[in-house]
Amino acid sequence: MKVLIPSALRSYTGHGEVEAGGATLAAVLADLERRYPGIRFRMIDEQQEIRRHIRFFLNGEQLRDLAQPLPASGELIIVQALSGG
Amino acid sequence: MTHDNTALSTPADEPAASAPGERAVVLLVATRKGAWLYHSDAARERWRVDGPHFLGHIISHLVLDPRDGRTLLAAAKTGHLGPTIFRSTDLGRSWSEARHPPAFASAAKDGEGLPGRTVDHTFWLTPGNPDQPEVWYAGTSPQGLFRSRDGGVSWAPFSCINDDPQYRRWMGSVQDGTPDGPKLHSIIVDPRDAAHLYLAMSGGGVHESVDGGLSFKPLLDQLKVVEGFDRADPTFHDPHCVRLCPSQPDRLYQQNHCGVFRLDRPSEQWLDIGRNLPAEVGDVGFPLVVHPRDADTAWVFPMDGTSVWPRTSPDGKPAVYATRDGGQSWRRLDAGLPSSQAWWTVKRQAMSADGLDPVGLYFGTTSGELWMSRDEGLHWQCIARHLPEIYAVESALLA
Repeated sequence: MKVLIPSALRSYTGHGEVEAGGATLAAVLADLERRYPGIRFRMIDEQQEIRRHIRFFLNGEQLRDLAQPLPASGELIIVQALSGG
Repeated sequence: MTHDNTALSTPADEPAASAPGERAVVLLVATRKGAWLYHSDAARERWRVDGPHFLGHIISHLVLDPRDGRTLLAAAKTGHLGPTIFRSTDLGRSWSEARHPPAFASAAKDGEGLPGRTVDHTFWLTPGNPDQPEVWYAGTSPQGLFRSRDGGVSWAPFSCINDDPQYRRWMGSVQDGTPDGPKLHSIIVDPRDAAHLYLAMSGGGVHESVDGGLSFKPLLDQLKVVEGFDRADPTFHDPHCVRLCPSQPDRLYQQNHCGVFRLDRPSEQWLDIGRNLPAEVGDVGFPLVVHPRDADTAWVFPMDGTSVWPRTSPDGKPAVYATRDGGQSWRRLDAGLPSSQAWWTVKRQAMSADGLDPVGLYFGTTSGELWMSRDEGLHWQCIARHLPEIYAVESALLA
């Protein structure tokens, strides 16, 4: 699926839009980690929780669970949210 | 970047030239919005700025490996992203990210045991001894101790303390730490013995290991705590900065929440030397710096610890205080510093001494000013203004 990458993570991908696949959010993030080593830990902590200021949206719906099944296609948007200054 | 001080007058694209064989100095300035390097020669009269590096990143500590003189580690995070370590092997010309940054162990899946913790940021970096060329230590917030054995590429929890029930109790909760989180800091490796380690926790006290980190024990005797609390309990101890004297490794100095102290091993009793500071200045501060060749000499930067703990220069008059006799007496050193209305805060990692003779001293303020003295504190000069909030200033000599 298409994954939109926020500016804070483009040092890993080099692009604002990349491809990654998987049956769950966890699998998609694992695929991203395989392609762009280091990117997952910046979004998911060592207790497997989504970091405080990271949000995932699939086709406009927020994903809150790494185990949530995903459709085969769609647009995953990674958002850097609510922090600054 | 605008600078209005003559110390920074060398063009930014030209190195401050050093004569052949002469050592150069680099200052490693970590801020809430990135990192900067300031280069000079042994005269330390003109400085060349190199930066920003990692603009917008929160850099807690930037440290040069004294064993090779070119490897830098930077402890970084951003407002949104998790923490990491960046590494350069060419003095900051290029950077790569650690393959496995410091991260706590996962919580037990069966719900038994201690709750899992998450590294918010790496706060402190310490290179290992020369006989362990690839070893580094890291202290985190919340309090955790980590080690790398490959020059900072991969990190793993080190020692038992991260998940020891007793240590976890002493660490307290996030509410027991500094305003931006409880921290493990002041990781010290005895230069004579790589198995002899010290560390400090805010809160949680000072601890020592003599078995290479397999175990630690508190080192708190005669230290003060806030009135009304049990000083036998490490939870209530808040060491701000602990330093070992390189010229006399049995001597430690400590600036903490309640004063300035000295410890001469093998004694385990800290001596209160802050009481000898002027009462109107007080003995509270964050940084403490030791002389590289004279264990009787140390410098502190007192800040107001009264009432609601402003942690600013007392009466708005910043000064460094130096002892030349192991803390029996102190001398005020403020020539060149503002004489009034300067309400500075200097954080625990934001003061440093170089190894030259006379020693150069450096400190950075939370208001983004970088100051230096090339005569051991007798006269002060501003190197840079208008930087972001300065978290750490390290100095290093380059061959």
